[in-house]
Formats: sequence, C-alpha cells, structure tokens
Amino acid sequence: MSVNVKLSCRNLWKTYGPQEAVEVTRSAAGSGNAAVVMQRIREAQGLAACAGISFDVMRGEIFILMGLSGSGKSTALRCLSRLVEPTMGEILIDGEDFTAKSPRELIDFRRHKMGMVFQNFGLMPHLTVLENIAFPLRVQGIDLAERNERARDMMRLVELDGRENAYPRQLSGGQQQRVGIARSLAGDPDIWFLDEPFSALDPLIRRQMQNEFLHLQSTLHKTIIFVTHDISEAVRLADRIAIMKGGEIVQIGAPREILENPANDYVEEFTQDAREGLMIRGASKADLE
Amino acid sequence: MSDSPTDWPRHRTVAFWAVCIVISVICFQQAETREWIGRFPKEWTFGVADHINVAMNWLVPLLSGPLHALSAILGFLLDVTRDTLAWTPWPVAFCLFVIVAHKAGGLSLALFMAMSLVYILVTGYWDRSMNTLALVGVAVPLSIVLGVQIGILGYRYKWLNALTQPVLDVMQALPAFAYLIPILLLFGFGPVVGLIASMIFSIPPMVRNTILGLQRVPPEISEAGLISGCNRGQLLWWVQIPAALPQMKIGMNQTTMAALSMVIIAAIIGGSDDVGWAVLNTMRKAQFGPSLIAGLVIALMAMLIDRISLGFANTEKEPKPERHAGIFRYPYALAALAVIVSILPMSFFVASLHYYPREWVWDISAHITAALDVFIASTSGALESVKRAGLFFFLLPFRIGLDQAVSPYSWGIEFTPALRIAYAGSIAVGSMLALGLSGSRSGAIFIAVCGVLFYYGTTGIPWPVFICTITMLAYAAGGSAIAGLAFATMIFILLNGLWEPAMFSAALCGAAILIAFPLGMAIGTIAAQVDWVSKAIRPVNDTLQTMPQFVYLIPFLMLFQVGEFTALIVVIAYALVPAIRYTEHGLRSVPVACIEAGHAAGCTKRQLLWWVKMPQAVPEIMLGLNQTVIYALSMLVIAALVGTRGLGQQVYVALGKADSGLGLVAGLSIALVAITTDRILQGLSRSRKKALGL
Repeated sequence: MSVNVKLSCRNLWKTYGPQEAVEVTRSAAGSGNAAVVMQRIREAQGLAACAGISFDVMRGEIFILMGLSGSGKSTALRCLSRLVEPTMGEILIDGEDFTAKSPRELIDFRRHKMGMVFQNFGLMPHLTVLENIAFPLRVQGIDLAERNERARDMMRLVELDGRENAYPRQLSGGQQQRVGIARSLAGDPDIWFLDEPFSALDPLIRRQMQNEFLHLQSTLHKTIIFVTHDISEAVRLADRIAIMKGGEIVQIGAPREILENPANDYVEEFTQDAREGLMIRGASKADLE
Repeated sequence: MSDSPTDWPRHRTVAFWAVCIVISVICFQQAETREWIGRFPKEWTFGVADHINVAMNWLVPLLSGPLHALSAILGFLLDVTRDTLAWTPWPVAFCLFVIVAHKAGGLSLALFMAMSLVYILVTGYWDRSMNTLALVGVAVPLSIVLGVQIGILGYRYKWLNALTQPVLDVMQALPAFAYLIPILLLFGFGPVVGLIASMIFSIPPMVRNTILGLQRVPPEISEAGLISGCNRGQLLWWVQIPAALPQMKIGMNQTTMAALSMVIIAAIIGGSDDVGWAVLNTMRKAQFGPSLIAGLVIALMAMLIDRISLGFANTEKEPKPERHAGIFRYPYALAALAVIVSILPMSFFVASLHYYPREWVWDISAHITAALDVFIASTSGALESVKRAGLFFFLLPFRIGLDQAVSPYSWGIEFTPALRIAYAGSIAVGSMLALGLSGSRSGAIFIAVCGVLFYYGTTGIPWPVFICTITMLAYAAGGSAIAGLAFATMIFILLNGLWEPAMFSAALCGAAILIAFPLGMAIGTIAAQVDWVSKAIRPVNDTLQTMPQFVYLIPFLMLFQVGEFTALIVVIAYALVPAIRYTEHGLRSVPVACIEAGHAAGCTKRQLLWWVKMPQAVPEIMLGLNQTVIYALSMLVIAALVGTRGLGQQVYVALGKADSGLGLVAGLSIALVAITTDRILQGLSRSRKKALGL
C-alpha cells in the first residue's frame, strides 16, 4: 500500500433488517459477487445500505461520495467514522485497523484525529457559539482559558468574530454552518468528514461557502471525505469522486474523467447537467472569442 | 379499516358484526326467562378483592420494617421542610415568593403573587397553605429525580421502556383513593401517605417527558457529540440531557401540578392540617362560605405554581448584555439577600412581623355564606327544575333506559306501545338518513347504538351484549390486540362482581361525555374561527386545567346540593376543557397551503370549515375525545364525594372501610377502562392520520 494512502476501506457492508439478513451478509460478503449477496439479503427481508464498498483516500485529498438520497452515501460516511458500526469489511486508517479499535481507543481517536460537519449543523442548542466550538476541547478535558483561546482562533478562521455569545438559533444558516465547521476543526483533526454540509443553504451562500471551504483546505491540507448529492458541487470541489447507486460504487475517478468517460448510462444521465453546464460555458467562451 | 384493498378482512368484519347482532337479539329475547343473562350471577364471581386483602395481611408485617424506615426518612424531610416554612417570618416569605415570581414571569406575575399572598394572609390560610406547600416541596424534587433516572434508563434500555409504559399508564389512571389504603397499611399513618401518593401520581409525567425529550434530540446533535469523542457519561450529561431540557422542563411543570393536585386529594385521610383538608372539612359540614374561600386559596396556589414553573421552563437563553458588574450581576439573589438581612432580624423582636397576628385576619366567610344563602334561595326554584329535568329526562333514561324511566311519575306520560314503535321508527329513520344522506356508516351505527342504549339503559343491557358490542367496536378500531384488552377489562370487572357499579359509572360518564364533547367541540370550533373568542377563553381554559379536581366540586355542590346531577355537572365541567382545546388546535393547525387552496377554489367560510378544515382536524379532535373520556373517568372518584353510585363510590366506600382489596379492584377497573378507551381512540386517531398522510 502506498504511504500516501490515509484511509482505505475494503469490501465495506452495512445491512439493516433482521438478524438473518445480517448473518447472510457476514457469511457471503467475502464471495466478491455483490449482486448475489444483495439478492440474498433482500430475500431475508434486509436492506444493504452499503454493499461491498472499497476505495482509498490519499493524504490531503478531497474525496467526494456522491449519489441520490438512499444511495448509501451518508451510511458509508458514518461507517467510516463508526457512528454506524459496519456489518462487514475493513477500514484502515494510516494502515491501522480502525474497526478493531476498542470503545476507549475509538473515543480517543475521535478526540484527536476526526472532525465532522453535519447537514443540519448538529449544533447544541444550549451552548453559545463559543461553547459549541470549544465543545470537542472540553470533552478532551482542556481547561477553560485554553479552550476558549483556541475556539476564538477557530472563529477567526471561519470569520465569525464577534458572535461568541450568540446562541445557534440566533444565527443564519450560513453562520450556523460556519460554527459547525469551526467546531469540527477545533480538535485539529487529520480526517475531516463533511456530510452534505452546504445542502441546507441558499444557492448564493452555498457558493460562497464552497469557495471558503476550498480556501481553508488550501492552507489546512486535511484528508477530506465529503458527501453531496449535487454533481456541480462535486465537480467544483473534488480531487476524486465516487458515484454511488443502491449501496454500491458505480464509478470512481477525477471529475473530468467521470464527465468525459461515464462508466454507464446511469452515470451519464447523472452527470448530464454538469456536462451541459460546461458546454454552455464553453459555448459562451467561443462566442466571446 | 373499511377501505382495505383485499376483500377478506371486510367480509370478516361483516361476519363478526352479524354474529354480534345475533347474540344481542338472542340475549334480549332470553333475558326475561334466563336470569343469568340479565344479571351476572354472584356465585360466578371470583373475589380478587379478598385475595388482595389476604395478601396485604401477609405482606404488611413482612415489609413494615423497611417501609417504616423509609417512611421515617420521608417524614423527617417533610417535618424539616414544614418547620422551616412555618418558622420563616411571613414578611420574609412574602418577599421571597414575590421575588421568585418576578424572576419567572416579570412584573405582572409578581403583582399577581403579591395579591394572592395578601388574600391568603388576610383570610387566615397562611399556615395551612405553607403545610400544603411543604408537601409539594418535598414531593416534587423527589419525583423529578426519580422520574429523570427512570426516564434515562427507559431511554437507554428498550425492554425497560416497554415494561414501564403500561406501569406508568396504570399509575396515572388509577384513582388515588384506591391506593391510599394500601399505602396507609404499608407505611403507617401520617402525612407521609399523602406524600407517597402524590409521588406515585407525579412521577409518570417526568418519566414520559424525559424519554420523549431524549428521543427527540436530533440524531446529528448526538453524532456531533460522539465524533467529538464523548464517552457515555459526557454524551448523556453534556449533550443529550441539555438538548432535551426544554421538554424535561415541561415535564417538571406537569409533575409539579400533579403533585399539588394529589396533595390536595390525599388530605382526605387527614393527618396534615393543610388547605385540602380545610376544603374537604368545610364541604362535609356544608359550610360553603369557608369552603369557597379555601377553594380559592387552592386555585390561586395552583395558578401561581403553574405560572412560575412554566415561566422557568420557557426562559429562552438570550445573550446577556453584561451591563452590571460585581454583585449587581445577580439582581435576584441580591434582592433576596437584602430581604433576609433587613427583615429577618427585625422579626425576632417584633412578634407581628414573625407570625401573622390573628387579629389581622379578616373573616369574611360569614358574609359570603349569608350572600350565598340569599342567592341560592332566589334561584333555587329554577335550579331545582334544571336538576329534575336533567335527572329524569337525560341521566335516568341513560342508566335504566326509556323502557323503565318513562312513567307517569317521572315523565307524566305512559310509555305506550305506540310510543315505543314511534321511538324505534325514529331511530331507524335517523340511521337510514345518516347512511343515505352523508353515506356515513359510522354515523348510522352511532345513532343505532345510541337508540338501543337509551331504550334499555346501561343497566338494562344484558352483559353478554355489552361485552360483545364493545369488543367488536374495539376490534374495528384497532385490531385484535385492543379487542383483547377491551374484552379482558370487561371480564375483569364482571368476575369481580363490579358489573353493576361499572354500568352506573358508564351511564354517568357516558351522559357527561355526550354533553361535554359536542359542547366543547362547538366552543372550540368557534374559537378556531373567531380570534377574540380564542383569546378570551384561553386564560379560562388554562385556569380550569390547572385547578385540582377538588375545587370543581365547590360551586356545583352549593348550587345543586348532593346528588347524581351535581356529579354529572362536575364531570362535564372538568371534561369540557380538552374537547375545546383539541378542537381548536386541530382546526388551527390545518396547513396554510390547504386553506389557501380552499380560498382559491372559491370556498365560502362554511365550506372551508366543513370541507377543508374539519376533515383534516379529525385525528386531533379524536385525541380530544380521548382526553375528554379520560378526564371524565378520572373525575368519577372525586364525584363520588357528592354522592354517586358506581365504581367511584366503591373506591370511596373501600377507603372508608380500609378495604384495600375492594379499593384496588374498583380503582383498577376504572384505570383499565381508561386505558382501553385511550388505546381505542388513539388507534382510531392514528389510522385516520395515516389515511390523511399527516
């Protein structure tokens, strides 16, 4: 394995439903034929939200999981952070087996190595902006003065200075997500998970936040796994994109690769809008020339 | 239910109904010749009550040691609280209460508090109020702590939650009178019994709201906590509990009100000189002046405690501009400290500043009694005729049936065969009209059932018919599980030999609901249409709902004296509020888009109400009916104090005879009926909601 691989998952399965379906997954997932296994899971009244997903994420890369709702992208993300326990499969972070970590090790790992941003922000309603951002530090047991100082640094980073004592509900959606971002970065994580972070925002704000996100990443160089259902967002932000459908990954590649060589009709249809966008832009350029 | 895609369930339902009707016809026919059909034979009953008494006799000596120890601890807590409150000089307590009220609800609540306290002082109920407050003050924190703990465990372990839910149902539905005796036997005599009874009644809302609050914490918030690296304790106490706190504060408010109402009721066993006892005692002696005064004290206490606990629950956190520095940052603590420092030392030297002097009490009860006498004397003729009409033309037919009730003595006419045929005919025409005009099958069934009910009365209907019909209704409403529950409930009542009192109670409750629910719906509908009406009745409803049940008795007892009609009115008055509330809420929460669509289609106001709003409000209104029934049932035992026959009376009699078994069995019967009704109506409301896609 390349030293550049930060996180890698192999044949990852998450099955919901009766115990029988879970057991089918465990016994059959090794076979390598995902379609057959999924059929058997369905027969056992189960649902495979993630069906044998494998990919590597490089250090400092922006890796985007993209798909429609119900394609399993959020479940996949939660399996990687073990917010949802995967049914089967291997997750390696820095070459270590992440699934084998004990609850205590998991907590320790999350405190120092992981940050996550949520679609609906997930801010604590009872804490002020500053307290929300300092929350991961408080969990680590860092004393008040230091964690406030570090939280203020984070606020400057996301340009929220001056709103320290506001409560989340007093902020606009864009500002709330800035708090979410600042909080997820407060513990200085290596791996940064973002679950549809901009989907709940207005189009204009969304674009502005995307730009700031790219700007942040250009200085921070985190390893990012980003979930979205918006193809144009994915094309703008990603180093590489994995397109998911029905729990499986249909295609992985750089944005241009996916647009130019869609693996099948589904990907082609899915990427239609983005390609048309490019064409219009191309056409207008041609007109100007 | 009826619109299921496959035909088999529909056929089955029709077949079941057919069997039900056949059984009914046979029973009505045979009732005259075979006595056991009309009246469940005593020899067939199975005395659970006696067994409970035997069990209690065995249990009491066994458990009395540890339980008396517990009782002693609670008693000690109670004594300390009570003595502290009694010792606190009244001006100090006065000011502190006003300060608390100001913190919770601003100037208006502080003023209300001050006026109420002046009233309590002047009427001479200060000491007794403090005793009541002491009971509440000990019961509430204990209930909250226990309730939160149980709630957390119930949230964490699903099996425990499944186990606690029915227990909580019974705890809330079981009339307090039913468990006062067992508690008395187990814990010994004294105010501690009231304390424990009030805790039993007030823990369930705390548990429910804790579980509800924790379940409603958005998953993303919990996930944010987890990804920050919270361990289990941190996740619970730093993330989930604070996020659930608004819901839990509503639970605290409900717990407090439940505790207060139960403390008042528990006064019936005596042992603590509190306001509840004052009301009960004066009511028993028919001293309406004093009982009205004391009743108002309870009402004021209930309103104040409710507003204060709600005020603390609703304080939204706003960023505090830090205007004040130093000690002025805590103005309330500062004010409280100032009061204590300035008044407390003075009160040691000036006796009248420590204990409110007797000479300052202004006894107005004599004047009120005199005024009341005049009022009652001038209206007694009219009231008497209202009472007679209600009794003979409504309550009596409902209980013993027109068949028995119509006689020259009561109605002034004979129930001739011609009249009987006319009655049957009009019911038949009514059902047909309902079926034909609006195509409402349930409407037709309702009219037919009411027709039969009024003809035979609840006591005139043979028990197999009753059981059969109710089980079928339950099955139609919620499937076999609920039908099983309904069947088991009725068999329980039957086997315990409580069928007859149960039918008396059914008559009283049914009659009350028949009036309270349509009336409440009408008021709620008007309130939903007309804003000023809504604004006007909201405070009235709020006040009525916070009132302990006891207080309802006082005015109606004065107007109508002891008797079944008074009980009917009391139950109606108590059960009216939820009908109003749920109707208004249901109508007002119809989505704006639907109303706009109605307007766009050119609906008149009437069409908008009946064709757009009403159908969507039905699930909510059903919940209102559910609450109306539960409220009516919970009032049964209290209403027994003014003289009714039925299950409530049985519980009350058992209390007098210290008969644990009878009390528990009769109380359990009421609780089971309440729980069954609740399941049926909730099931109907849910399936209706699902059908509407809400």
